[in-house]
Amino acid sequence: MVHPIIRLVVQRIALGLLLLLAVSILIFGGTQLLPGDVAQAILGQSATQQALANLREQMGLNDPALVRYWNWLWGILHGDLGTALTNGHDIATDLGKRFANTLFLAFWAAAISVPLAIILGLVAARYAGRWPDKLISGITLATISLPEFVVGYIAMYLLAVKFRLLPSVSMIFDGMTLGAKLHAIMLPVLVLVLVVLAHMMRMTRAAILNVMQSAYVETAELKGISPGRVIWRHALPNAIAPVVNVVMLNLAYLVVGVVVVEVVFVYPGMGQYLVDHVAKRDLPVVQACGMVFAAVYIGLNILADVISILANPRLRHPK
Amino acid sequence: MPDPILSIRNLKIEATVYPPDAPPHDVVIVDGVSLDLQKGKVLGLIGESGAGKSTIGLSAMSYGRGGVRLTGGEVMLNGREIRLANAKALRSLRGREVTYVAQSAAAAFNPALTLMDQVVEATLRHGLATRSEAEARAVKLFRKLGLPDPDNIGKRYPHQVSGGQLQRVMTAMALCPEPSLVVFDEPTTALDVTTQIDVLAAIKEAIHDTGVAALYITHDLAVVAQVSDDIMVLRNGKTVETGVVRQIIDDPHEDYTRALVSVRSIDHEEKAKAEPVLRVDGVTARYSGTSFDVLSDINVDLAPGQTLAVVGESGSGKSTLARVITGLLPPRAGSIHFNGRDLTPDLKSRTKTDLRELQMIYQMADVAMNPRQTVGTIIGRPLEFYFGLRGEAKRKRVQELLDQIEMGKGYIDRYPAELSGGQKQRVCIARALAAKPRLIICDEVTSALDPLVADGILRLLLELQAQENVAYLFITHDLATVKAIADSIAVMFKGKVVRYGSKSEVLAPPFDDYTDLLLSSVPEMRLGWLEEAIAGRRMASAGN
Repeated sequence: MVHPIIRLVVQRIALGLLLLLAVSILIFGGTQLLPGDVAQAILGQSATQQALANLREQMGLNDPALVRYWNWLWGILHGDLGTALTNGHDIATDLGKRFANTLFLAFWAAAISVPLAIILGLVAARYAGRWPDKLISGITLATISLPEFVVGYIAMYLLAVKFRLLPSVSMIFDGMTLGAKLHAIMLPVLVLVLVVLAHMMRMTRAAILNVMQSAYVETAELKGISPGRVIWRHALPNAIAPVVNVVMLNLAYLVVGVVVVEVVFVYPGMGQYLVDHVAKRDLPVVQACGMVFAAVYIGLNILADVISILANPRLRHPK
Repeated sequence: MPDPILSIRNLKIEATVYPPDAPPHDVVIVDGVSLDLQKGKVLGLIGESGAGKSTIGLSAMSYGRGGVRLTGGEVMLNGREIRLANAKALRSLRGREVTYVAQSAAAAFNPALTLMDQVVEATLRHGLATRSEAEARAVKLFRKLGLPDPDNIGKRYPHQVSGGQLQRVMTAMALCPEPSLVVFDEPTTALDVTTQIDVLAAIKEAIHDTGVAALYITHDLAVVAQVSDDIMVLRNGKTVETGVVRQIIDDPHEDYTRALVSVRSIDHEEKAKAEPVLRVDGVTARYSGTSFDVLSDINVDLAPGQTLAVVGESGSGKSTLARVITGLLPPRAGSIHFNGRDLTPDLKSRTKTDLRELQMIYQMADVAMNPRQTVGTIIGRPLEFYFGLRGEAKRKRVQELLDQIEMGKGYIDRYPAELSGGQKQRVCIARALAAKPRLIICDEVTSALDPLVADGILRLLLELQAQENVAYLFITHDLATVKAIADSIAVMFKGKVVRYGSKSEVLAPPFDDYTDLLLSSVPEMRLGWLEEAIAGRRMASAGN
């Protein structure tokens, strides 16, 4: 007998891969629907018919869509994301550097916001309805209610312009020390933390308060256990599943959804890269970015599912 | 006489209620209750739901559920006043001097922690023993309470042991810190009758051996008579009477106590066999995605105007049988004949007449009604659907039905939330009756009700049966109910009918093993029953 957990986890991963395949079809199909084609995009409006025909022949654009899709997918599976139209660079190399930068920013934002959100959520649940709860909820809700570019510009005005504590532009490049890099990204990290904090903190608070209604929490209270320990030992382990799901959604946002923040701080991440190439109609780059974003999103959600499964004692220890 | 462990004087408990159509206000839940409990004694608190027995039990820990507040009187535990004690003082006595055993152990254990972690938690947090000492204590208690594999059961998680075992582990958890008082809050109510007797015996022995004082809360007088020294009868938050067990059972002073003692006095003559209205023929069924039969080869029949009681423990397949008959679960084999015709296995292809003539009443009247519809709409729906009644004609018929269930005028425009538990179940009966059925399947319809209310419902069902000549398939785990209303009985065990026949045949010896076990497990309201029943079992198992 295979342990049911392994079966469930394998199922989730298989489902994720299937989903990714479906996304690749959507991305490829979507770009096919756009008017004009790559040859037109490269040569511009004034190109002659002959030049277009030659380029199409050369790039294999006359093949049926299915063949082109297959070639594209086959390339991706071998790490070949194609060549950018605008500068002729290998997409995988460029995108790799940008993706590493995005992950660097997302990692530090997550490393600060996830523990902070959970701790604030626990504190808010512990003092539910009293002033610490109201204070935490009020501040986090205020920061999530403002669009991130507003938060970004306010932070930039105060910390970079007014008090000159931090740089307003977050350029990082190879050869910078870790300390210098961290100093450079402090402002965008701060903005991202403020943006994702409320969601995770509210979910932690709600999940804990929901568990606090259960009979076993009353049992713990009637054992004379202190409120802090009741939350930490009895409520939190049973609130993991909903919290993890929201945490992963926010991590996905930190990777996939930071376009605006990257643009505000001119950070050389994937968001910037994507925006630049959308403007230039560089379809292979857009497709490649789409696939990477989808993979990150699906991967994190599978991870959330797996952690939820592992957190369930009924699945971990079957009868 | 030494000082009592627990002494309550003139206790007053209040709660704030938030009715939908009135401003919030305080209501008195418990008023003027006083009691004394000596070391090693057990006081039974008995009463119907709403009598305040659990609330009084928790007041011994100075704890109020939800918005419940202890507003007056005095609660003395081990000579100290605790009603007004602060949170820190209360934390130091809860789980150390007084512990609690909850009704549903399945809900009262944290699903994410092992049993041992939870059993020794209070002992460790109060610094009463080291971890290894506490675990040794726990194992000793597991052994005393008759748990299987006492050395290793603590490593398991709550979902890995049965309900009866969990209840015993909870008792071990309460006894582990060696408290001076344990509050048992309906510890066996959620268990099957054959499991209840073992748990009851284990609890009684553990109380006796450890010399702890106990408050034992239950609605079942026969149960409390087995474990208590004294009994306090409560009603609507007030003491009706207090006395030693023998006096309460043999010589109750108050009318209310007499009613409790004599409940289930319905005398029902079984009717002669007749041509059946329902015949279940060789039915075998399983749920999709499982690999075992929940029902195997069920053959029973039921005559018009009679009652077939289907009795068995949880998981025996009684409710599944109801699902098969109603068409919710098509059987794998066998057929159902109803009213002279074959019923199609699945619900969708049944005719309107089939649907009309076969009605159902459920255990939870609460959730079987739309809370946003009035009683008139609820009962009027089948009248409209089956008979096309509208307007004044419908309203007139609804009122007739309300008269039949003895609810009379003034209820037709009320909402379910404004009714008591018994009244809700009556409305469900009226709704079933409105369709003029030949057969009503009653699935544990009295299990959620207090004994006196349940008694009223059973009487009503019998009266309606005489008037309307409707047959009942009565699913229950309660043998007293069976005796009160059945004409024939089917005893189910693990998906099979192990005994079937007229009431007099089924309830007369010689019994098969399972029926014997079931019958001997029903608590009787006399002293010494528990010891006799347990001794009888040991002898039976020694003979095997």
